Order: sequence, then structure tokens, then C-alpha cells
Amino acid sequence: MKPARFDYLRAGTLAEAHATLAADGDDARILAGGQSLLPMLSMRMARPKVLIDIMHLPELAKIEADANAIRIGASVRQAKLLAWPALHERQPLLAAALPWVGHAQTRSRGTVCGSVAHADPSAEIPLVLLALKGAIHLSSRQKQRRVPAVDFFTGIMSTARNDDELIEGIEAPCRTPGHGYAFREFGRRYGDFAIVACAAVAHADGVRLAIGGVADFPTVRDYPDLSGTALDDALDGFAWELDARDDLHATGSFRRNLVRQLGRAVVEEARRCRA
Amino acid sequence: MPRLSADARHRIRLKLNGRTVEADAEPRMLLTDFLRHNLAMTGTHVGCEHGVCGACTVEIDGVPARACLTLAVQTDGANIRTVEGLAPEPGRLSILQEAFRRHHALQCGFCTAGILMSLECYLRDNPSPDETALRDYLGGHLCRCTGYVPIIAAALDAAARLREAHKHA
Repeated sequence: MKPARFDYLRAGTLAEAHATLAADGDDARILAGGQSLLPMLSMRMARPKVLIDIMHLPELAKIEADANAIRIGASVRQAKLLAWPALHERQPLLAAALPWVGHAQTRSRGTVCGSVAHADPSAEIPLVLLALKGAIHLSSRQKQRRVPAVDFFTGIMSTARNDDELIEGIEAPCRTPGHGYAFREFGRRYGDFAIVACAAVAHADGVRLAIGGVADFPTVRDYPDLSGTALDDALDGFAWELDARDDLHATGSFRRNLVRQLGRAVVEEARRCRA
Repeated sequence: MPRLSADARHRIRLKLNGRTVEADAEPRMLLTDFLRHNLAMTGTHVGCEHGVCGACTVEIDGVPARACLTLAVQTDGANIRTVEGLAPEPGRLSILQEAFRRHHALQCGFCTAGILMSLECYLRDNPSPDETALRDYLGGHLCRCTGYVPIIAAALDAAARLREAHKHA
């Protein structure tokens, strides 16, 4: 349980981080809070040649909000966002989901963007970003680009990020008046990885429901304003489409049931919150 | 800071329990091993080594953190507190440590250093904790002896005594 050897670079400028990524590509990894990367290193599931520590770049440490969106820099720790006084008012879905990310003892160091970069299938922050139609801001030495969350997550712990790119920040739309938001998850114990996590955004024309923990990456569906058995049928269809598998933690059938039950609960809660 | 080579040891200087200390570490060395082997501070325990059990929890720059999910090189310049820094003087326990003893909040003691460091941070920010919040918070620690009940009792007792001490300070 010790990492293999790697070089360590504490980036003094963003340009230095970009240059190292450009030179070392796939052999380089960005190190932020390290709460997902360190276990990967210790278990030797990742064996980079160089780690680029971006926690000392002041331009990545900001939480900024305008009328439309919150922008969260790559070195903002989860605990810092959770303690941001405007969070609940600006984006209640993020506020509801963040306490479910790891434990207090890992949120203290883990970053919001690190969770997005790691892209664990059961992770809460990618799920919420998808439900909110958020986006990821990537940059390399050559260029900057903005990738919508729906195009970013591409597989188990794999994303649309190129080897020479780093996440500079993420962008989550602010609360929209008349929208309702809800989040729920089920795990064996509080703080465990979610077996199923659900996030819903209810609006005048229907509801947007995102499910994590079942498929290889968070998945989203938009429904018109369904209720009663029509909603049950829609949730049942979604549950089957996610291709749930049996594993150590739960059977596929149990996961489908959680999608049906928790899915209905978040949809109803999100609708209540619209009022 | 230049790029630190994987094969070499590099000087790390940090503040540990109020004293400036320094020692050398390869980039891959975990903070747990750095504390125990290079600085001979063995109060911090090593359990699962992937951030789940909480035994290695220390305070880094004022917040609780898993030493096993931290590289020594990341903490160059940091301010770290470990369980060795809790007692106000040799032979005297802190209020929180005393409460653990009074309530039998430990048996084998393996998890205790981490739980103490976590609670030390928590009670500083939350002087009047409720039991539910404490239970959630301690979800970040595994204890296989006590069943957690005496740990919660010790934390609540310590919080009350700390409030009292603060009043007379």
C-alpha cells in the first residue's frame, strides 16, 4: 500500500502546470486535494511519472458567482464550498449533495473539481453538475474550452479531458426561480460510496432526473410533467436502461428498485420545493 | 519549488505541534510514514492506508485530514498537529483526553489518536454539538471495540467541560 515512485512539482504558475502536462501527457497527473488520487496511487491503480500540485495557484482558489452561475476553481476544497454562506441561496442542489461527499475528514482536503476529474460512477458532484446542466472549464498550453457536463463523463473514471488539459474550474447554474431541487442517496453507511444517488430538478414543464452509482457514469433523463403510474413506468424504464449489475455491494435488482423508489422520492420532493 | 525527482530525498520543513521540524522524504512518501519513521512521532496510527478507517487523522492547517491521503512533500510549510500535541504538559491530559479516559471511550486504542484529532477540530468549531451531528461526524472513523457509545458520551462531556473552562478563561 505504498505508491510507486513519481516526481513532484508544486506548480508556481498555471503556465508551469500546462507546460508539464504538455511534456509528460498521460504520465502526468494533477494533484489537488488528493483524496481520490492518493488511494489510486497507494493501490497502484495509477502510476504517474509526475504529480503536478496545483494547490498553490491563487487564481484557482476562488468561488465566484454572478446572476447566472457559480464558478468554482480547481483548488476549492469541498469543505470551503459547503461553508460558503451563499451556497444554499445560490444553488440548493449543490448544498444538499455536498454533505454526502465522503466524510468531513476528507471534505476538509478534497476539492470539488477533483471529484469531477476522478469521475467515480457513484460520485455526487458529477451527478449534480449533470442534473444542473453545468459545465467544466478545461485549459491546456494551447487553448481553453468549456465542456457541458453531459459530454464530459464518458466511462468509469474516464472523461473528455485530454492528456494535456487540466480542469481550471466548474460552472454550475444558479437557482432558477420557479425550479425545485432535491437530492437523495442510499449507501450502507453515511459517508460510504453511494449504491444509488439521485438528483432532480423540477420546473414548469416537467422534471430532469439524474442517477448515479448504477451505470458507468451519471445518466440523466428529461420527463414531461408525469405523475401516478406514468411516473412509475418512466422510472421503471430508466431503471432498466441503466443496465444495473450485481456486485459486492448490491444486486442489479436492488439497484433498479432504488432507482424506482428514490427516483420517485426526489421527483416529488423537487416538485414540492417549486412551490 | 523545482521539480522534485522521484529517486531523491528532499528536505521537508514544517511546523509540528508548535515546533519547526525538518527531515528528508522521497516524493512518494506518505505523511503517515514521514511522521512515524522520519520524525519518530508514532502516536499517529496507520490503519487501512486508503482513507477509510480514520486512524491516521491529524490536523493540517487547522482542519482534520487523513495523513495517509497526504504526501509529505505536500505538507512542506504546513502547520500540523498530532495526538502528541494534545496534552498541555507531560503527565497531564487535555480535557478531551480526560473525558475519553473517564468514559472508557477506548479499549485497544488503535483508532483513538485519529478520533481525538478529529474531535479536537470539531469541538473547536462546534462548542455545543448535538449527538446526531457527532454520530455523523464520527462516521469518518472506524472503531471495532467500543461500539461508539462511550466515544459519543466522552465527546459530549468534553464539550460541556470545554464550554465551562472557556467561561472562566
